[in-house]
Amino acid sequence: MASIIDELPLLLQGVVATLQISMLVVVAGSIVGVFGGLGLLFGPIWLRAPLRGYVDVVRGLPLLVTIFIIYYVPPAFDIDISGFAAVVVALSIFAGAHISEIVRGGVASVAKGQSDAAKALGLTFWPRIWSVVLPQALPSIIPPWTNTAIEMVKGSSLAYLVSVSELLFQTYKVVGRTGAAMEIYIAAALLYFAINFAVSRFGAWLERRVRYAL
Amino acid sequence: MTDTGHASTVGEATAPNAPPMVRIRDVHKRFGALEVLKGIDLDVRQGEVVCIIGASGSGKTTLLRCINFLEPYDSGRIYVDGELVGYHERGGRLVPAREKEIARVRAETAMVFQQFNLFPHMTALNNVAFGPIKVRGVAKDAARERARELLARVGLSDKADAYPAQLSGGQQQRVAIARALAMEPKVMLFDEVTSALDPELVGEVLAVMEDLAASHGVTMIVVTHEMMFAREAADRVVFMDGGVIVEAGPPDEVLGAPRSDRLRAFLRRFTTSRGS
Repeated sequence: MASIIDELPLLLQGVVATLQISMLVVVAGSIVGVFGGLGLLFGPIWLRAPLRGYVDVVRGLPLLVTIFIIYYVPPAFDIDISGFAAVVVALSIFAGAHISEIVRGGVASVAKGQSDAAKALGLTFWPRIWSVVLPQALPSIIPPWTNTAIEMVKGSSLAYLVSVSELLFQTYKVVGRTGAAMEIYIAAALLYFAINFAVSRFGAWLERRVRYAL
Repeated sequence: MTDTGHASTVGEATAPNAPPMVRIRDVHKRFGALEVLKGIDLDVRQGEVVCIIGASGSGKTTLLRCINFLEPYDSGRIYVDGELVGYHERGGRLVPAREKEIARVRAETAMVFQQFNLFPHMTALNNVAFGPIKVRGVAKDAARERARELLARVGLSDKADAYPAQLSGGQQQRVAIARALAMEPKVMLFDEVTSALDPELVGEVLAVMEDLAASHGVTMIVVTHEMMFAREAADRVVFMDGGVIVEAGPPDEVLGAPRSDRLRAFLRRFTTSRGS
């Protein structure tokens, strides 16, 4: 027990890195996803076609393959990329594709009459989307978005394969130093669970906030 | 007088000195292989109340949606207060207008929908104040104050803070009328606004519309199945069938003494099916 407490600072360093990766990825993935989803629905064909390709290809790749591509391919062209940056970029690409599809579905589910009403008032595309359509799409976007955020926290553990000292990497290191595999892995599991539980509560809170009366 | 045979000559404005508020010339519209508007001509003058009647599939709703360009028309011209809707004319050809220009024309032609289409995430008050704030740039306080007045006008002062889901269909539709009025439009388009209502709620909506029509402050084009409303509130009734205007004229003439077989058949079917 004492060994875990001694090693806790190392694990917490890992937690910090995991949180950094996850937050960057969720923010970047959400930005990509909102514009990707809207592009898939409303974009001209020259935008829609490549977006469709991006979403389908990325959704068809294992996350680890995407990470390895981003980590190992640029150096072949003399472009240096850190493990941290590679993981953030790869996970963002991954999250962006998933959230694009979530946003597309959510926005498409808003009744067409809502767009008609906003158009009839004289609203142009962006005000119509921001003020009328997206707020109504959010209740169906938030739950799968929360799932994606949780997947990204878990996916960030793959960063240990490209030597980023996130939680799993630190756990591995601590187990190597102490030999207390069971205790340390249980501690790591609890930390992952705590992060994801917080994400899931945050998602539930968001969901309540975006549900209007009744 | 009405002319029963030629769509091109019916529906002329009855006030020759004032330019029409809405001018529709030889408008055609097709959905794929189906031609739903086959050359519509209609003038509506400032303050006039025009009811468009006809069977479903006659093209009346499509015509209404072409006036504010929710449906782009394929050929012909529609002018609202002298401005060509949805296009620019260059060398006799129609060139699509920019989104902002289309939006500007739409802001002058408010619409009330069959399914109300209130914004469910906003209170009644915010539904009404939304357009003026977002589109006209009216200050929020001023827009909300005006929205309260309009809700009072449609008899819903006490529902300002209710969400649409908390209102009956008739109340929602009255909020929708207030929302349209808030834009101070030049033309108001009503698309079968009582068709989705329970029968006992139709009256309250028609009362608001009759009140509006009687004020003659706003030009109204009303697609409706309510023959009583058409008879009492309309200055002119237009009968459409198969994508053309078959008859148009004062309600007494069109509804009371139909000239064409098609209109007679429609009115007969209508009376028997509605029992009114």
